[in-house]
Amino acid sequence: MRERRVHAIAAGRASTSALRAERGLSDSAGRASRPGRIRGSDRAEFLVTVAEHAHELGPLSSPRPALELELRNVSKRYPRAREAAIEDLSLTVGAGEVCVLVGPSGSGKTTAMRLINRLIPLSGGDILLGGRSVLDRDEVDLRREIGYVIQQIGLFPHQTVAENIATVPRLLGWRRERIAERTRELLELIGMDPQEIGPRYPSALSGGQRQRVGVARALAADPPLLLMDEPFGAIDPINRARLQDEFLGLQARVRKTVVFVTHDIDEAIKMGDRVAVLRQGGTLAQYATPGELLCAPVDEFVAAFVGADRGLKRLGLSTLADIALLDATALRGEHPRVPDSMTLRDALSTLLLGGGGPLVVLDGAGLVKGQFTLELAGGVLRGGDGGAAC
Amino acid sequence: MLIAAAPVIPNLGGSAYACERANRLFCFDWISRNWGGVLWPALREHILLTVVAVAIGFAISAALAVAAHRRRALERPIVAVTLVVYTIPSIALFELLVPIRGLGLSVRSAEVALVSYTLLILFRNILTGLREVPEEVLDAARGMGMSARQLLWRVELPLALPAIVAGLRIATVTVISLATIAPLIGVQSLGTPIFAAIGNNLFKTELLAAGGLAVALALIADGAFVLAQRALTPWSRGR
Repeated sequence: MRERRVHAIAAGRASTSALRAERGLSDSAGRASRPGRIRGSDRAEFLVTVAEHAHELGPLSSPRPALELELRNVSKRYPRAREAAIEDLSLTVGAGEVCVLVGPSGSGKTTAMRLINRLIPLSGGDILLGGRSVLDRDEVDLRREIGYVIQQIGLFPHQTVAENIATVPRLLGWRRERIAERTRELLELIGMDPQEIGPRYPSALSGGQRQRVGVARALAADPPLLLMDEPFGAIDPINRARLQDEFLGLQARVRKTVVFVTHDIDEAIKMGDRVAVLRQGGTLAQYATPGELLCAPVDEFVAAFVGADRGLKRLGLSTLADIALLDATALRGEHPRVPDSMTLRDALSTLLLGGGGPLVVLDGAGLVKGQFTLELAGGVLRGGDGGAAC
Repeated sequence: MLIAAAPVIPNLGGSAYACERANRLFCFDWISRNWGGVLWPALREHILLTVVAVAIGFAISAALAVAAHRRRALERPIVAVTLVVYTIPSIALFELLVPIRGLGLSVRSAEVALVSYTLLILFRNILTGLREVPEEVLDAARGMGMSARQLLWRVELPLALPAIVAGLRIATVTVISLATIAPLIGVQSLGTPIFAAIGNNLFKTELLAAGGLAVALALIADGAFVLAQRALTPWSRGR
């Protein structure tokens, strides 16, 4: 299958990092030859919707501002357990930011998330949503204001896709027409045809489609906060990457405050505006942007957790467009040509595969923009220059 | 023996119906002449006994199952009691109820006995159905802000429907079968013609007709439940 890969940077994500959306558009022959699976076209359509027609779709109906979330000295102890599940955890997630909780099993990341919507009662400390303690709220009302997505999705098998999405609006007692309108809008947002998919039961959907519906359901009442517990953990790697990209595209539009739990550091780096690394016993090891985490892990635990390839991972956060390239006018001979939307990590890999020679970098219009060399790659992380410096 | 007044083998002397006089295996003439007077009233009472018993049994079992679903500790005592009741021989149970004040030789005694036999089956099936609702579905429902009551009515009970209907099918067939001994305590049912046939030195047509009706009733009731389940659980079709 011939695949045209276009790396695109969608500007205008939260200030802490740029949206790293990777688009893989299959050609029509490729689409037709692989019926049954989650088709590449699903995603292509979705990304087209988000990236190119965003202005036409406009803001979602009744947009509610995202709220800041603050965990203040939170702890959780279980009656018969010797060690605390969560110990003195404090962190603040800015309104509209994605905070990823990451850590090995036993680090209490899921527990921490479930404390926020009070599915698990707090033992100590406080959690504030928009400056207001969640402990002062009726827990049922609180949960209706917080989107909730879990790994196994938990779609209601006895309800259609449309009914599933309408769950929280129905609990909130919205009018029938408003629910129908909102359901249609969300199905379109996740790139599904409301007429075709809406009346289906979840058993008729693929795993990727179910996960999209799970996200749509969580967004239905336009909650100011979204909790996601390993939402893409049960999906195969190719579709996981697609769903991650889709979610980043979606987040760029809906701008929710998101708490995202994963055990996968690569996913954490990709999805998070900030990443909280938890260690055994539920203590916070480091809370930082992905770049800071990779450049300056605070201790050996974090360094080991992010991996010895953290330098490469750091390069993966920036693209050729983010750095100052060398002049290519004097460059002679045949050299690999790459788009400037390529990450530095991929560029370095391409460069090494090509024997170490320079890469010719093209801008969006296909014009030569400059060259990328091994020396340049070596200098980037040491702060020689712009975007990717540590 | 307590046997209600019953139709007799018609006029064995000088009757025009040779089939009946000879007590052949099956006399259609007798059926057509006795449908309105004997068989239909017996069938009607039988259906009524069954519907009332299953309805009351279901209401009690559902309440017990929901209680045991919320408080696990209740399961054992409920199973113990319903199991003991279930194992009492049916004839004995019917007779045991008669001396009880307020019951006696009445439909009330029959219903108490029949309901008793539905409890174990229905309780176990409903509880199993409730417990088999996938954990992630419950987690998602709670996380989205369903109260315990909404969870029960909107998620747990609908998803338990297949198990509940399975229980209702067994309970209903059991009750239809057991209700044939209701005439022992003076209550009319399809058992009435059967006992009459036995009392009259086994009039085969009457015995076969009433027995056949009981079997047909059980099959029809079972089929109706299957159809009802299909209509009520559209999501489980066409996987």
